[in-house]
Amino acid sequence: MQLVAAILMMIAGVLACAAYFWSTNFILDWIFPSKGLSGAAASRNLRITNAIRPWLFLAPALFALTIYLIYPVIQSAILSLHDRGGLNFVGLRNYVWMINDGEFRQSIFNNFLWLLVVPALSTFFGLIIAALTDRIWWGNIAKTLIFMPMAISFVGAAVIWKFIYDYRAEGSEQIGLLNAIVVAFGGLPEAWITLPFWNNFFLMVILIWIQTGFAMVILSAALRGIPEETIEAAVIDGANGWQIFFKIMVPQIWGTIAVVWTTITILVLKVFDIVLAMTNGQWQSQVLANLMFDWMFRGGGDFGRGASIAVVIMVLVIPIMIWNIRNATKEMGGR
Amino acid sequence: MNPSTRSPLTWAVHVSVLLLVVLWTMPTAGLLISSLRDKDQLAVSGWWTALATSSRNSVARAPSADSQVERDGKFVISGNFLGGQPGQVSAFGFSSREPAKFKPGETAELNDGERLTVQEDGSFEIVSDKRMEGSRGQRIFFTSATPPRFTLENYGEVLSAEGIGRSFINSLTVAVPSTVIPILIAAFAAYALAWMPFPGRAILLAVVVGLLVVPLQMSLIPLLKLYNGVGAFFGVPAKTYMGIWLAHTGFGLPLAIYLLRNYMAGLPREIMESARVDGASDFDIFVKIILPLSFPALASFAIFQFLWTWNDLLVAIVFLGTGQDQLVLTGRLVNLLGSRGGNWEILTASAFITIVVPLIVFFALQRYLVRGLLAGSVKGG
Repeated sequence: MQLVAAILMMIAGVLACAAYFWSTNFILDWIFPSKGLSGAAASRNLRITNAIRPWLFLAPALFALTIYLIYPVIQSAILSLHDRGGLNFVGLRNYVWMINDGEFRQSIFNNFLWLLVVPALSTFFGLIIAALTDRIWWGNIAKTLIFMPMAISFVGAAVIWKFIYDYRAEGSEQIGLLNAIVVAFGGLPEAWITLPFWNNFFLMVILIWIQTGFAMVILSAALRGIPEETIEAAVIDGANGWQIFFKIMVPQIWGTIAVVWTTITILVLKVFDIVLAMTNGQWQSQVLANLMFDWMFRGGGDFGRGASIAVVIMVLVIPIMIWNIRNATKEMGGR
Repeated sequence: MNPSTRSPLTWAVHVSVLLLVVLWTMPTAGLLISSLRDKDQLAVSGWWTALATSSRNSVARAPSADSQVERDGKFVISGNFLGGQPGQVSAFGFSSREPAKFKPGETAELNDGERLTVQEDGSFEIVSDKRMEGSRGQRIFFTSATPPRFTLENYGEVLSAEGIGRSFINSLTVAVPSTVIPILIAAFAAYALAWMPFPGRAILLAVVVGLLVVPLQMSLIPLLKLYNGVGAFFGVPAKTYMGIWLAHTGFGLPLAIYLLRNYMAGLPREIMESARVDGASDFDIFVKIILPLSFPALASFAIFQFLWTWNDLLVAIVFLGTGQDQLVLTGRLVNLLGSRGGNWEILTASAFITIVVPLIVFFALQRYLVRGLLAGSVKGG
């Protein structure tokens, strides 16, 4: 029953969208016909339709981008200057609260840890794996398997890793892989995700596990793009494997490494699902994105504080945004 | 392959790649194996022992004195504490201090003159000369060895009882239109940006690129307020599928437009020009020529968007709500983590159900996925 309703809704939604494009273009051609008219009138109509049509094509996209991305950025900035209900102007009080709030400082600190560790290690592993798998005949199978976690949701990944970190009291058989290994080597089992400070790293492992495949795929394509001749020249000059890799190959794909790095950096700033599912910020593992989500609903929701945390995340992204736009316009200028 | 690298180094490469692959696959494999195991075995032993016979210590309680029967002048309580499940008793006892004192087949003298015998198959008999009393049955400790058992019971349980089936449909209802609608909208916009000259095109492109990185978090609060306002104005609920489709559309558009524009801009100009000479309008050119030619780019974005909307948690719980009827799979899983955190049979099976669709999509369409990634990130690379 629900399935039928859902399918009908899906079809209606998609059709409504297709109908927009078809009907607006039909109307435009009907008002300003260019076929079957004499020269002057036809070219006049053609000019008008050519000026209008791009905007018909763009209108839904522009509408959605404005409502869902541009307006919220401005509105969030304004809301961050208001109180919990979003009605009374309070100036910078939310930001003052933020600076004095221990949990916020904890989140900022943790976020910087995440930003330092996750993009670096994901890119590093991605690069190493890309270089290694390009040299063996079953490299593609290996790549597929390492890439696979990309398809798994952060929540699903959290369950997978929570199982690995599972803790049983000392003496009973461990069903979590990590503790089983620790015990097998004669150590004591730990409740890993409740260890302050270190638990951050156990959560980061999850994101690294997911993102390495992404880094690997892109870097592997970049490595293949390096012209054979440069490497052959280095081999003839007697360079060994490490030298070829770090002195010849890595510098040539520096631009791609930067792209991968920044993409993962942006993701790190946004990720909240992993923390929510693993610890929900307990045991000093809070991060900005989860803290913001927390304030949106905590005690009925404090929109002012939530928005001010969102603004902080946005500010952290702005340098990357500028860098992105600059790169893109440079590329498009060349076309 | 370069002959100079065919050396012990090649072996080192094979071994290290194998190691990395194992490292990366094991977490998922562990989840899958665990979800198929018997839930009692899952709770006491690691999944890597799944193929080994596991021995466990447990305690059962014999039926109370009400169930005794008189036989040859003696009073007997009998039963079987393995309850028909496979397994073998290797030891038993009646006190917690010596839970494994007796071997199967032996007879243990209980404190009050009763005699307890346990057989290997788990059947037991308590025999007494006089009528037994007391409302609580005798506790029996036993060690049993259980052969490995794989079952789909966990899946049956979560699908019927934990609302996973319902959430599965919810997720599908969210993900499919959230994939199709942005593609349609983005394809038109991308065509306009790539091939239709109009003032302000360069600025619009820069805006799209800039919006690529805007964090979702920025949008939540203003949109929530907007949705509540619109909902109140029209007298409809604020949290609808329609709302979440549009939200996913908005958030997915920058990447979609960017990817598709880059692809379309690379198509040969001659095709479009010759079509125009033949009298085709922009709309015709787009629908009849560009769309079919752009199929690879459309497919790769579709896969991305589908994976992203299927795996999304944030947008769904903010804009669709957390009621039992609306929860998507990821949200359901987070709830289960809170409420059934210790029941690994439920968590593992539920988690696998949530990841099976993306995994199928991934393995079936991996090639397009990779192509899309490359088009988006290293152009001209």
